Amino acid sequence: MSVVTGYNFAYLDEQTKRMIRRALLKAVAVPGYQVPFGSREMPLPYGWGTGGIQVTASVIGPDDVLKVIDQGADDTTNAVSIRRFFARVAGVATTERTPEATLIQTRHRIPETPLRAGQILVYQVPIPEPLRWVEPRETETRKMHALIEYGVMHVKLYEDITRHGRIATSYDYPVLVNDRYVMAPSPIPKFDNPKMHRMPALQLFGAGREKRLYAVPPYTKVESLDFEDHPFEVQRWDDVCALCGAADSYLDEVIVDDRGGRMYVCSDSDYCRERREAGHLGPGGPAGLEAAE
Amino acid sequence: MTVDTAKPLLRAEGVSKFFGRQVGCREVSFDLHPGEVLGIVGESGSGKTTLLNCLSAQLEPTSGRVLYDTRVEGLQDVYRMSEASRRLLIRTDWGIVRQNPRDGLRMGVSAGANVGERLMAVGARHYGHIRAEATDWLARVEIDPERVDDPPATFSGGMQQRVQLARNLVTRPRLVFMDEPTGGLDVSVQARLLDLLRGLVTDLGLSAVVVTHDLAVTRLLAHRLVVMKGGAVVETGLTDQVLDDPQHPYSQLLVSSILQP
Repeated sequence: MSVVTGYNFAYLDEQTKRMIRRALLKAVAVPGYQVPFGSREMPLPYGWGTGGIQVTASVIGPDDVLKVIDQGADDTTNAVSIRRFFARVAGVATTERTPEATLIQTRHRIPETPLRAGQILVYQVPIPEPLRWVEPRETETRKMHALIEYGVMHVKLYEDITRHGRIATSYDYPVLVNDRYVMAPSPIPKFDNPKMHRMPALQLFGAGREKRLYAVPPYTKVESLDFEDHPFEVQRWDDVCALCGAADSYLDEVIVDDRGGRMYVCSDSDYCRERREAGHLGPGGPAGLEAAE
Repeated sequence: MTVDTAKPLLRAEGVSKFFGRQVGCREVSFDLHPGEVLGIVGESGSGKTTLLNCLSAQLEPTSGRVLYDTRVEGLQDVYRMSEASRRLLIRTDWGIVRQNPRDGLRMGVSAGANVGERLMAVGARHYGHIRAEATDWLARVEIDPERVDDPPATFSGGMQQRVQLARNLVTRPRLVFMDEPTGGLDVSVQARLLDLLRGLVTDLGLSAVVVTHDLAVTRLLAHRLVVMKGGAVVETGLTDQVLDDPQHPYSQLLVSSILQP
């Protein structure tokens, strides 16, 4: 793809990138703390990853290899357009393979393939404030963070158990970072929460509309909140991936016809393809699907 | 009045609050001793609630000091201690019961979560224990334990007020501030709530500051009374003394205004 001229490298001007990098340095220095930053208008709507795209633009270099995923997949609209955007304005190489990427921008998932030291994972965050649902005032939530008043987070979990018999929160599940700040991990499924704990890669979070950045440095302790008698657990499935047979990955339920036929497939499309290339084969979907293909 | 040599739990020293040129309360001083219930009475606009807010560390007075006998450091000026310790004090050693239970409760979560919130705030992390403790406290304020999982929005006004009480008492505070605890309740519910309050105050050895315009409430609950008018204290004394033999013309007016059925 041709690199467009007339734009600074990676779209943002250098002064803006510098401002964002400074905020990122602070975020890395205080794990889990939300750093305000001067979020810019980006050529995509709020909610589509304006925060993540600004973080990516600020940390990307000409030698980086970029991967973008949305709901785990490389081929969804949002992922494709952001990947093309950086290919055009920064001329960087892009990939769909997790191990080859140096920089991964993500929405809603952490790749199944464990990340290694040196990689950077950038999350798109809609609501950075984990206390928002209990306390609408920003001045008050800041105070609560400052004074470590996190009791109310457990009220939500308590209510979950009361109503559903278990902690029913299944995404954006609050975590305690480095024994200090309660942090919203962005709307990743809680299945991915354990991957954040002592991850060798650097994790950066950008919320464009809310104008907040935060970070989890490599090998940082990330603990999911829970009760002693209702410990944190991740989702499980009775099925395996219909395509690759994986039993250890996050599965999406796909309705395949109007007769209630359904199949489960890996949400991480790269992981699924990698397994299939390695010779793994799933049980396959309902007959109707194969006929349709 | 008897001279009490014991240390006061709460001491007000010349507490004044002005809103611009408007007087909230002026030069209020008193000592509250452990186990004592102080009633603040007066007509609407006499500065009762302003004084209560000043005392309960929610509204910094223009001048004067509010001292509280903290468990660790003894008598401390509540407006001089760090914000962290003040907030901790408010949610552990104190209770604040609001006139409207909607201001003091989380209406969206169950009664059990409301009562358990303070426990979780001080580090309780065992669901079963929290729920058992919440159920126990709801029973103590005469709410059917069956309803521990119902949100307070489905409760009657009197029940909501009792949930609010349980929510405040669960951390076993030593001092409770109440602003018109029986306001807006019908007479029979008021009587039951007062009965309950009196029992709890006695059982737990609570101290309390109760603001009310209802002299019958103070007769039942308070040991001592402060009568306020126009932001200033016009008379103080033992409850029976003030109610049966009021000295100040305004107290006399107030006492004579009670309807005798």
